Amino acid sequence: MSEVMERRRPAAAGTPMLEVRNLEAWYGESHVLHGVNLEVHEGEVVTLLGRNGAGKTTTLRAVMGLVGRRSGSIRFRGQEVINERPDRVARMGIAYCPEERGIFASLDVTENLLLPPVVQEGGLDLDTIYRLFPNLKERARSQGTKLSGGEQQMLAIARILRTGAKLLLLDEPSEGLAPVIVQQIGHTIQELKSRGFTVLLVEQNFRFAQTVADRHYIMEHGRVVDMVRNEDLAASMDRLHEYLGV
Amino acid sequence: MAENLLLQALSGLASASSLFLVAAGLTVIFGVTRIVNFAHGSLYMLGAYLAWTLVTALPRGPLGFWGGVLGAALLVGLIGVLVEVLLLRRIYRAPELFQLLATFGVVLIVQDLALLVWGPQDLLGPRAPGLRGSVEILGLRFPLYDLFLIAVGPAVLGLLLLLFHRTRWGTLVRAATQDREMVGALGVNQRLLFTSVFFLGACLAGLGGALQLPRESVNLHMDLAIIVEAFVVVVVGGLGSLVGAFLAALLIGELHAFGILVFPRITLVLVFLVMAVVLVLRPHGLLGRPPEAPPAGAGGAEPPLRPAPPALRRLGAAALAAAVLLPPFADAYALSVLTEMAIFVLFAASLHFIMGPGGMASFGHAAYFGLGAYAAALLAKWAAAPMAAGLLLAPFAAGLFGLLFGWFCVRLSGVYAAMLTLAFAQIAWSVAFQWVEVTGGDNGILGVWPDAWAADPLAYYYLTLAFCLGATLLLRRVLHAPFGYALRAQRDSPLRAEALGVDAFQVRWLAFSLAALAAGIAGGFFAYAKGSVFPTALSIPRSVDALLMVLLGGVRTLSGPIVGAIAFTGLQEQLMRLVELWRLALGAVIVALVLFFPQGLAGAARAAYERRHGPAGA
Repeated sequence: MSEVMERRRPAAAGTPMLEVRNLEAWYGESHVLHGVNLEVHEGEVVTLLGRNGAGKTTTLRAVMGLVGRRSGSIRFRGQEVINERPDRVARMGIAYCPEERGIFASLDVTENLLLPPVVQEGGLDLDTIYRLFPNLKERARSQGTKLSGGEQQMLAIARILRTGAKLLLLDEPSEGLAPVIVQQIGHTIQELKSRGFTVLLVEQNFRFAQTVADRHYIMEHGRVVDMVRNEDLAASMDRLHEYLGV
Repeated sequence: MAENLLLQALSGLASASSLFLVAAGLTVIFGVTRIVNFAHGSLYMLGAYLAWTLVTALPRGPLGFWGGVLGAALLVGLIGVLVEVLLLRRIYRAPELFQLLATFGVVLIVQDLALLVWGPQDLLGPRAPGLRGSVEILGLRFPLYDLFLIAVGPAVLGLLLLLFHRTRWGTLVRAATQDREMVGALGVNQRLLFTSVFFLGACLAGLGGALQLPRESVNLHMDLAIIVEAFVVVVVGGLGSLVGAFLAALLIGELHAFGILVFPRITLVLVFLVMAVVLVLRPHGLLGRPPEAPPAGAGGAEPPLRPAPPALRRLGAAALAAAVLLPPFADAYALSVLTEMAIFVLFAASLHFIMGPGGMASFGHAAYFGLGAYAAALLAKWAAAPMAAGLLLAPFAAGLFGLLFGWFCVRLSGVYAAMLTLAFAQIAWSVAFQWVEVTGGDNGILGVWPDAWAADPLAYYYLTLAFCLGATLLLRRVLHAPFGYALRAQRDSPLRAEALGVDAFQVRWLAFSLAALAAGIAGGFFAYAKGSVFPTALSIPRSVDALLMVLLGGVRTLSGPIVGAIAFTGLQEQLMRLVELWRLALGAVIVALVLFFPQGLAGAARAAYERRHGPAGA
């Protein structure tokens, strides 16, 4: 069955960097994902859009191996990772920045930055990171949770750029931040794209998503129900309004 | 006088050092793995035994002695790794109390293994070379070795702080203490981290034990003696806080030293009194912080309680028929075992009442069992009251103390609440143990025999069965009443329950007192069944028995405590009769149960039933 699907895909697209097929996931007894299909190609910025509870965050967590139980297939650069532990997934080159940012309160900014182990060559060095996020340099010795929301978000993104991971899973980086900071984060994502990073982004903020992404997947009830290219966005507005209620 | 006080203070500092080493290991392990390691005292004991073997086997002299001590610490570290890899690694996601049960299984196994290897007699180690003599302080002699020990505590604290704040490993440990899931998602191998943390913690316990060698004899009681104190230190200091553990160790060490001078009569109570006061004033210990979020993946949502499916009803009816019809054909021994089973069914059901549906852990439930027993026995001894009066007073006494102690305990949650229940139980135990004039102390109260009309074992059995089973069924009924809904609602989400108008504190308090009252009934019947009461009725092992029964049967099912009490009482009885190393066997059974039946016996039975018939009662 999956072989048939593989043959049907256009050859021009090549092997996707991340390919998720029929992904199902459970938290305890509750069945959250009911067969998610999506793919992300190298160099792309792709968003997952959808209402609250559609399963966007769970999709990212399932890719990392952070949900209780999952089934289906998750291929990273052609390699199956569905049965791998989170740390193994991270070491293969997928980096994760959670919605709640996951900053360690008892560690200072530098310690937070240096915590993730380098998994392969090609990560950004500290100087480059500080150039991208000048605020972090000023606050290098501050405790993680003494930072502002925007600074915490930047730290959470910054620390996964060092490791050499090329696929970034970002969960709502714009959430709860002032418009000017959201803009800054948008620039950062564009900058990362130009540096060759691939990004899978969960967003509620539709306006923010369209400034950074190449394609958008729409999720509903634990499934991907539609896909829209950024250039077709204007033409698909009615459809999107219906899905998202924006 | 002043010299005496100074020396006493110094000796308190010396004993604080070993206590700190053990508590530091315990607190570091808890911080990262969230495991409350009951077996930490066993590692301490193994440290002392291994040091004895190494030091006596190695050539005499400083190298042999210190080499032996350090070697023992490292060996204990490796034993800790073994325990972590073989057992704990498989149950990190299990509920807290289940992990506690598993480590208690290890305690039992280690006890019998130590008995096998080193024998029952106390072993005396050599003195430390170079530190044999004593120094004169203000005209009084003080052992040199104790001075050395005083320095060990702060030195180890300093080294640990350096390790945690100046090395990458330490950074990882501190990060994992806060959010281990995120650490894993960032690419850190948690397994390796957990195992290495366990190695360090076990080494510290081993070192603590090994360093005791020149001070006291090595014996098989070291494990439980130190673990209770180490728990106190860790909880008073604040779970996961090294500096807190150090301060608390000093506090407890000094308390011991001066307690003997000032209040020789209540030394045992004093420590737990201090712990109770600290927890009431500072619910998270001296330097502890409230947990930021419940540990991820711990147990998941509780399944709803359902009425018994027909098959279970039939089984229950059959068991009841057997319990009523068969005993006339049983001999005296079997009758006494059956009576005990009926009593323990109620005891376990009362603990399950607060643990399962109530969501409150208690390490000290024996307090109410024992208070009931003592109330009945004291009334019989001092007022020569008839049995009925004693049996009536038992639940009231236990229930009153449940109201009193519960008022403090139910304000806390998790391990802290469990520790406070333990503290109150230890206070009750110490009073029974040390107030010799009234309670007879260690000799207990004898001659608590049933009145003539119930003197026949069969008659007494039926009386016990009627009351204990009746009370158990009443508890069950309460859980299916609106009060039971409120109890379960506050367990699942205190905030949501309160938003709906449930007074969570009051519900918990009442449930706690009700459970105490029920345990008191069981205690009263226990006193008259045995004809005597001893302080063991409210000791820690008795509380652990109750925990074992509940967890063995399964916390998440209502029949769990009943099955667990019967299985545990039967198992222990048979093992003690047939197997010489019954602790080893019981420990192995517990460990096997934890690994293969994490839902408990009744839970496993229900899962098997639901696989075949679909959800029960649906």
